[in-house]
Amino acid sequence: MGQHILFNHSQVNICLERLAYQLLENHDDFSETVLIGLQPRGRFLSENMVNILKNKYDLRELDYGYLDITFFRDDFRTKSDILIPNESNFKLNVNNKKVVFIDDVLYTGRTIRAALTAIESFGRPKSIELLILINRRYSRELPIQADYKGFNVDVYEDQKVYVNWSEKNNYVYLENIK
Amino acid sequence: MESLSVDNLIGIKNLNINDIKLIFKTADNFKEIINRPIKKVPSLRDITIANLFFENSTRTKLSFELAEKRLSADVLNFSASQSSLKKGESLIDTINNILSMKVDMIVIRHPNAGVPEYISAKVDATIINAGDGAHEHPTQALLDSYSIRESLGEIKNKNILIVGDIIHSRVALSNIFALKMQGANVKLCGPNSLMPKYIDKLGVEIINNLDDALQWCDVVNMLRIQNERMNKSFFPSLREYVKLYGLNYERLSKLNRDIIIMHPGPINRGVELTSELADSKNSIILDQVENGVAIRMAVIYLLAKQKFNR
Repeated sequence: MGQHILFNHSQVNICLERLAYQLLENHDDFSETVLIGLQPRGRFLSENMVNILKNKYDLRELDYGYLDITFFRDDFRTKSDILIPNESNFKLNVNNKKVVFIDDVLYTGRTIRAALTAIESFGRPKSIELLILINRRYSRELPIQADYKGFNVDVYEDQKVYVNWSEKNNYVYLENIK
Repeated sequence: MESLSVDNLIGIKNLNINDIKLIFKTADNFKEIINRPIKKVPSLRDITIANLFFENSTRTKLSFELAEKRLSADVLNFSASQSSLKKGESLIDTINNILSMKVDMIVIRHPNAGVPEYISAKVDATIINAGDGAHEHPTQALLDSYSIRESLGEIKNKNILIVGDIIHSRVALSNIFALKMQGANVKLCGPNSLMPKYIDKLGVEIINNLDDALQWCDVVNMLRIQNERMNKSFFPSLREYVKLYGLNYERLSKLNRDIIIMHPGPINRGVELTSELADSKNSIILDQVENGVAIRMAVIYLLAKQKFNR
């Protein structure tokens, strides 16, 4: 089962910068915005976004948290594995805020559907946007699209796209699961 | 794959340490959820749970019901006093009739030890024991350990004292199993007449003097005197019991350090402990109640998943 690298460290970093800049274009000083990393993988991307926004654009006050959506998934009866949740640290009120969901790979859209239900527990946002690093096209099972996309990737169903997150080596790779 | 080693929760004795860790980890998440503005998750939609209480209960019944509702399950409530048992229907007939209504899970409390295990062998539904006679009360022991862990960081090597009516207490037995499994030191305190024979075989020590026992412990769990189960006199007078085994400010102030006070409820104020202590900063009695909901959500969630994987 080999790994095939799709995007290397510098390509990923350029992309992260672009995504942060696009957020900045639409959200001014972020005073009305809440960034939410979706556990488990979206957390890393959201931390990268927050770091760039804080360090390069000097945004000190950023409302940011990460949210686990395990209990809101729609495959409780069908998935054979027990769905073990990850930690949520989300204590923010999202009433009337502009929420941005952040996840690394957009595939079937079901995680985002669960997140749309989960966020209702914290209030009624003014709007919800979606930022992703990898857009797996032609694989959506629900009518969900991202507002901010890193890379478009077209792969077969039996292939998985992963993002390796580390400070010195962020890269995107492909793995055959069969 | 992480999962429980059991399909039913009959007693702590049937669990292993990994089961307890998994339940606590899941309960951490549910505790966060029940402190959100909207405290409900849709995980158990369309799953029906019957709460069969053949014995009175306030806290446990409400806690289970709330846990089930927070998980979006459909809930049926049954109490023996208002049922056809009064008309002479047998236990297994009552249960089979309820199961014909397509119930997935049964939470049962019964005055006779062994009933949940007996039923689990007869029916396909998942069984959770909410207390059977003087046998076990596993969710109470889990929430007690969880509350201790929350206050002290960990349970291993901590000194836990259980005081009072041990012989009639399912809470004591489940707690001994759970605490020993997690590496705690457990001692029991009370009059010999309220100690079951051979309890020392479980690796616990008995101390009759409460003041000596308090010197040793980090946590004291005060059990209720179960008058309703006493068909003879176990001690000369309540006044004498309170004098020897009641927890009060004077006793506690002699320690010159803080210990944690627990009680599974309902409290006989002025008997097991004074009102002053029940409401003091040392008391985690209300934390136990809050944690009870999170623990029961975790147990129900994990067992329901287990049922669909069968």
